[in-house]
Amino acid sequence: MLTAVIALSALALFSSFLLGIVARAFAVPVNPKVEEVEGALPGANCGGCGLPGCSELARRIAEGKADIDACPVGGESVALKIAQIMGTSFEGGAGRKIALILCNGDDQVTAKRFHYNGVRDCTSAAMLFGGDKACQYGCLGLGTCVGICPFQAMRMLPNGLPFVDPAKCTACGKCVIACPKKIIKLVSMDKRVHILCSSHDKGARVRKICRVGCIACTKCVKEAPEGAITMQDGLAVMNYDFDIPDAVAASCPMNTIHVKALESSVDETEQVTAVAGGAG
Amino acid sequence: MAGGKFFGGVHPKYHKELASSRPIEPMPLPGKLIVYFAQNLGAAPKPVVKKGDVVKKGQVIAEPQGFVSVPLHAPTSGSVQAIDMFPHPVGADMPAAVIVPDGKDEWAPGLDAERSADGFDAEKIKGIIREAGLVGMGGATFPTHVKLSPPKEKPIDLLIVNGAECEPYLTSDHRLMVEKPAEILEGASFLAKALGVEQVIVAIENNKPDAIETIRAEAGGRGGYTVRALNVVYPQGAERQLIFALTGRRVPAGGLPMDVGVLVQNVGTALAAYEAVRFNRPLVERVVSVTGRGITRPANVLAKIGTTFGDAIAFCGGERGESGKVISGGPMMGVAQYSLEASITKGTSGIVILAREEIAQFVSDPCIRCGRCVRACPMLLNPSALSIFVERLHFDDADSYHVADCIECGCCAYVCPSRRPMVHHFRRAKAEMRSKAAKAS
Repeated sequence: MLTAVIALSALALFSSFLLGIVARAFAVPVNPKVEEVEGALPGANCGGCGLPGCSELARRIAEGKADIDACPVGGESVALKIAQIMGTSFEGGAGRKIALILCNGDDQVTAKRFHYNGVRDCTSAAMLFGGDKACQYGCLGLGTCVGICPFQAMRMLPNGLPFVDPAKCTACGKCVIACPKKIIKLVSMDKRVHILCSSHDKGARVRKICRVGCIACTKCVKEAPEGAITMQDGLAVMNYDFDIPDAVAASCPMNTIHVKALESSVDETEQVTAVAGGAG
Repeated sequence: MAGGKFFGGVHPKYHKELASSRPIEPMPLPGKLIVYFAQNLGAAPKPVVKKGDVVKKGQVIAEPQGFVSVPLHAPTSGSVQAIDMFPHPVGADMPAAVIVPDGKDEWAPGLDAERSADGFDAEKIKGIIREAGLVGMGGATFPTHVKLSPPKEKPIDLLIVNGAECEPYLTSDHRLMVEKPAEILEGASFLAKALGVEQVIVAIENNKPDAIETIRAEAGGRGGYTVRALNVVYPQGAERQLIFALTGRRVPAGGLPMDVGVLVQNVGTALAAYEAVRFNRPLVERVVSVTGRGITRPANVLAKIGTTFGDAIAFCGGERGESGKVISGGPMMGVAQYSLEASITKGTSGIVILAREEIAQFVSDPCIRCGRCVRACPMLLNPSALSIFVERLHFDDADSYHVADCIECGCCAYVCPSRRPMVHHFRRAKAEMRSKAAKAS
């Protein structure tokens, strides 16, 4: 018994000694800032910055190859921390962004062309006649964006459109890439006026198939500051560099333009169920 | 000669009796034709007509772009009313010319003239076939002249004329073989001449005894033709399966039949080659089975390219009872249509109308790994694993399991007890691989 204890202790002592020597002899020089920066990053490895993971971004930031606010998820607070580590200053960027779906054509207001019975996925559905929605540009409502969101910030509403939770959305941009119709855009949270349509169809066709689509009447273009809204191939497109007065929304005859405070948007259906649940 | 049965396959209900004894009827000119410019695989030809133009039957209305492309001809004489987007039966909206017939059905000068083909050499025949806009009429619509031009290092020693017609319901090839055996064999002889092959096999499934008989009788008087009766199993008419069943040769993965010295052409294509070479008639019409239990009068109609599904259905007495499902092609590989404005293309071998009581909406369940699809897959793939990869967006794994070799025959989906939309998954994976390859290059 005693022999065994002594023998094992001696072996352990010898091994640790050996390990210590090896660790010093073959030490890989690491920039201590890489680890510090990595500690400041969110660590979700979401890929929103376009790199394989947080450690890769940390390495690039420490080497000066990436901007200190390159992490779209961390936003201002993480950028400030990294600025401190790197010994530089951060002036504050454009503010937090959020994913916005540029389509308001839910199941009630937009017509469907056929009964789709295939794979429950927007990209697959879009392969068959462009999807069941009569509008070729609109949200297909099968929730591919919801499935891909690494932060569980999205969910499908019963009306067939996705909802983005402003508390959870980090503007990583995964949904922007995944959406086969390319109708999700990252916009600043402080913007209030939005054109919720992506249809380039002619006005007459839009009127037939959707009650809230842009018919290219150009009323908003005249109402907004010059250059803030432009007509692009039959669709009013907003330039978010401008501040748009709320009155522009009222000028839209199709109710396509909405005044929506993004930072406080709520899932109304959930509130209803919560109340109902509370009563029961 | 080696051969026998290929691995896998399924035995669906064929329902061929609905239209197999109905003679081919020429369909009168409809009020308008919707002619898609994209009628062939490869590059779509470029339109050379505009709104308001007056065209003659057989006049070129779109010029080919590059080698893998064929011209498109006006199916009848009339005027171009509009050029707009219409729902193409393969599952997308595509540009098409709307042609309003003038009722005279008048050929453009120089066309529709009988001539002897004795002096024509291989190059001349290939040229005629290209000018006539011939594509594979079994459904794939691959330009015929490209198939007839294999590279020198891949000599062809066998031409297979495919009359298997293994899709349930469809009977257009069957009727052609019964009614026009001499024309089909003469057309096949032109294809053989263009390739320089001596040996021609006409392959027909056992469920068409009258077609086997008429083709045998016709082939008896000509040298070099063999008529082979095949087992009835789906997909017997798929190129690779057909070649293996007849010769025992295996087309390598990612390869083409020319890699094993074989070329396969559909009987409809052989007939179109006959019309083009002997009568200088471009491909402007084809035989289409309008069949199924949802149609009043199942029939095989000779329809102009561009005839809308709605007009073809009306010609066959309209839908019977409550409307069910309209499929372009057969029920195994065809595409369900949402608009009867979709029109007949060079590759439309049938329009199948299912009755309301025949169709059901399924909810697909998770894979239970029973392995039925693995046993059914004629390409020896593992559809179960593939579908799970695609569901989880693991496209690279699907690629390493050879999803690209899937022929989309639908056997796996047909046998799946969980009703999984297998082919839809695989098409998605293939699309992802294509866009990845496009990005890489």
